[in-house]
Amino acid sequence: MDNNEILFSCRDAALGYEHKPLLEHLNFKVRRGDYICVVGENGSGKSTLLRSMLGLIRPLSGEIECPAQREGKIGYLPQQTEAQRNFPATVEEIVLSGFLNRRGLCMLYSRAEKADALMNMGKLGVLELRRHCYRDLSGGQQQRVLLARALCAAESLLILDEPVTGLDPAATQELYKILRYLNEKENMAIVMVTHDLTAAMQEAKTVLHIGRSGWFCGSVAEYLRSSEGKRFGGDGR
Amino acid sequence: MKLLISMFAYPFILRAFAVGILVSLCASLLGVPLVLKRYSMIGDGLSHVSFGALAVAVACGFSPLWFSIPVVVLAAFFLLRVAEKSRVSADALIAVFSASALSIGILVTSLTTGMTTDVDSYMFGSILAMSRSDVVLSVTLTLAVLILFVLCYHKIFAVTFDERFSRATGVRADAYKTLISILTALTVVLGMRMMGAMLISSLIIFPALSAMRLFKSFRAVVLCAGALSVVCFCAGLSASYLLSTPVGATVVVCDLSVFLACCLIEKIR
Repeated sequence: MDNNEILFSCRDAALGYEHKPLLEHLNFKVRRGDYICVVGENGSGKSTLLRSMLGLIRPLSGEIECPAQREGKIGYLPQQTEAQRNFPATVEEIVLSGFLNRRGLCMLYSRAEKADALMNMGKLGVLELRRHCYRDLSGGQQQRVLLARALCAAESLLILDEPVTGLDPAATQELYKILRYLNEKENMAIVMVTHDLTAAMQEAKTVLHIGRSGWFCGSVAEYLRSSEGKRFGGDGR
Repeated sequence: MKLLISMFAYPFILRAFAVGILVSLCASLLGVPLVLKRYSMIGDGLSHVSFGALAVAVACGFSPLWFSIPVVVLAAFFLLRVAEKSRVSADALIAVFSASALSIGILVTSLTTGMTTDVDSYMFGSILAMSRSDVVLSVTLTLAVLILFVLCYHKIFAVTFDERFSRATGVRADAYKTLISILTALTVVLGMRMMGAMLISSLIIFPALSAMRLFKSFRAVVLCAGALSVVCFCAGLSASYLLSTPVGATVVVCDLSVFLACCLIEKIR
């Protein structure tokens, strides 16, 4: 595995909607094995950044390259919606739907995909729940099921949108432990939008701060010394 | 029993059975993603638009079916796609659509022909309304719905469960939603003249709700909704023949009893 393999890069990119840029002159790269926390106030453009990483919107100017997205190697964990929590589907059905990006019109999942899905459920400790109904699970279990689905889609890059929102402290710690395992043992790159600053400073290797006036990207130590970090994340320790 | 068998001697009842079974199958299959995505009221809104379109068509002397199909398809497209981006919330938009279409329909009718039995049968349905072309149309529609559900089952599941994730993994969520809304519109137009504009939406909602009480997997919910819907329709139509009651209302009461029974079973388990 090449540790310098670039999964995502943007050069001097401006992101936003309808010619109104939220973020300008953005430069950063995601390499294999990175662990990046994206922090910043609400409305500063964090979700816009995620959407452009996923290839859902184009940059207004500049260049965005995402080889991982092109090859269908990104796993995505979106925020849960209210309608989802009561959804009648088994855990297995949901996890398998992570493979959809790899197939065209084919109706059935292959044996290899089913085996992979079982493995991912095992990694996240939801294997024994696979015949259970999603709506009967706890919030933490639901989030692990969705992460297992994201793993089915991901080979090298996981993108998470506020994964711990609404989880109790124990489930939150459990989720961070799983992410650390995936990052360290499986060399999975992780990009996580979060409001949980304390954890972000402990878990991440790199911080990308997005503010209304600009952005900062650097290691956690650099971030805490920077003006953005002192103002915004200073209470993170 | 003899009475029950004797009803199959009438060709119009046979046609009603054929169209009704096919339409209730379509409605229940489409209903599962609609109910789960919180678009239950869309069927109700569309049936009112369909009523308005039919009334206008009758008043102007257009063919009712061929005039209302494009109108309702447009309305469905608008409700599902534009509502997401507009500042008015979806449920308010549907209410606006229903009331406006209904009042336009009533206004046009009272200005031209007056409230005839025709209009009454559009409101509450009539077993006599099914023609040969309805049978052909409903067979075509059912084939389209079945093909969509068989070929794209997993994508429909993904879009229903989590639109954001499916979009991010390259599923064309908008295309599927549009397809589902167009098929729903066709189902509503076809079914409303038998079931009635006020009652057709129950064919979309009840089977999905009942099936969700009983089953825990999406596949089972879809299959069970289809089966329940067909059974309820057959029971309702037979009962309406035996008791000489309006067919739409009888079918809805059957659906309601099944739903209550399903709730009871869920409680007991």
